[in-house]
Amino acid sequence: MPAETVIYNTPLAGEHAVLGAKMVAFGGWNMPLQYAGILAEWEDNRKKCSVFDCSHMGEFIICGDAVACGLDRIVTQTIADMPPLTCRYGAMLNARGGVIDDCIVYRLASEAWMMVVNAANIAKDAAHVQAHLSGAPFQDASLETAKIDVQGPLSRDVLKPLVPGIERLSYYGFGVLDVAGVRCIVSRTGYTGELGYEIYCPWGRAVEIWRRILKDPGVKPTGLGVRDVLRIEMCYSLYGHELEENISPLEAGLDKFIDWNKDFIGKEAVLRQKEAGPYRTVGYFVSGSRKSPRAGHALYNDQGKVLGTVTSGTFSVGLNAGVGIGFFEKGENVLEKKIFFGDDKAKTESVMTRRPFYKNGSLKK
Amino acid sequence: MSGAVEVIDHYLYTKDHEWINLEENTGVVGITDYAQNALGDVTYVELPKEGTEVEQFESFVSVESVKAASDIFSPMSGRVKEVNRALEDNPGLINKDCYEKGWIATIEITSPDEASSLMTAEEYRKYLETLEQ
Repeated sequence: MPAETVIYNTPLAGEHAVLGAKMVAFGGWNMPLQYAGILAEWEDNRKKCSVFDCSHMGEFIICGDAVACGLDRIVTQTIADMPPLTCRYGAMLNARGGVIDDCIVYRLASEAWMMVVNAANIAKDAAHVQAHLSGAPFQDASLETAKIDVQGPLSRDVLKPLVPGIERLSYYGFGVLDVAGVRCIVSRTGYTGELGYEIYCPWGRAVEIWRRILKDPGVKPTGLGVRDVLRIEMCYSLYGHELEENISPLEAGLDKFIDWNKDFIGKEAVLRQKEAGPYRTVGYFVSGSRKSPRAGHALYNDQGKVLGTVTSGTFSVGLNAGVGIGFFEKGENVLEKKIFFGDDKAKTESVMTRRPFYKNGSLKK
Repeated sequence: MSGAVEVIDHYLYTKDHEWINLEENTGVVGITDYAQNALGDVTYVELPKEGTEVEQFESFVSVESVKAASDIFSPMSGRVKEVNRALEDNPGLINKDCYEKGWIATIEITSPDEASSLMTAEEYRKYLETLEQ
């Protein structure tokens, strides 16, 4: 891969510099990789409360009746019957049934929607959505909307004094609330497996909100490094790893985010795959040691036969072992089976398991 | 990066940020402060077997951080004499104390002349300056 050229800074770039963050180019953005270190940040998140700058992510605003404007067809998940002030996770597919991106749809009002997408995909997603909207108003608000994630078992307690009404939000619900006096969209969502909130605020107000939250000595900044560990521990998919244009939502294990009772782009292809079966599937495994699988490693059975490929791997702080997510060729994904990851030179034994790896999260508390 | 990068005066260094502390025909090997800082939290060290023969600049250890695995190259040729078993349960010693408790292996040196191809502490400090952006 060619070296990534940094294009954008989030409104919090100056804050990251002051906090001594190690920065990294991600999806065309200059982002904090880590502050105190991944192990310390894991503790901050899973035991207390931490904040992430996720201003790189994309936000689209769409107006219209979900079915009539075409939005319902763009997303695999049921959109039309969403209650206002709730969010739903789903995927956008191409005509071949491959994943263009995963997304969360927010119902702002009966005919107003916000779609949140991955930073690296903003341009192609915007083009895809606009091409399939029947002329409905569409706005790419990505460069005027900052996003600050407050995550961890103490996140509600931290936000209570700053965000009146926060305790009313239920899982995957949101509100238009004042955060330290700034009107924001605050949803009870996240990517860590802990109780947490995502705050969408105006670009120009992000610094004051960020500083105000970090004034609480119990809150620590956390970067993309630990974010990847946390999401892998929860077996959440990441675009570019478990999701790609040539991977179907069935293969990626997103079955429960597909509404088969409605029409959506790519449905025919996915349905054909479902009926024809079997197909390659995503699987989850725990290393027998602290040695960790890495994306690109091969997966083998005990005879040395290649079963598939690792798409994500990391050291899991929660399990004190390596953990991995990979794709297994059709018919090769068997639970509780001993497998090996590695390459021609060295293979490490591991055990297939059920998701998530980390089962002690405060997500729904 | 917080603070200055530590370099020990009487050790010798490689461009890949390994150090070797020579005493007669034995060398203690580890990675430098610069390397441990670049790697981040070390979570696993794949130690070589005692008795393994290594060539100079040959990969003989793998050090894993949370996010990646990196090869460590032997600064000199020889035979692996001892490995630091404390790293098995406590790989973070490399982050905490890379020049003492975080040593990786000792090597019985077979080609002492190779020392002249390594950097002195002074040369390594200058080399680090060229890497800073």
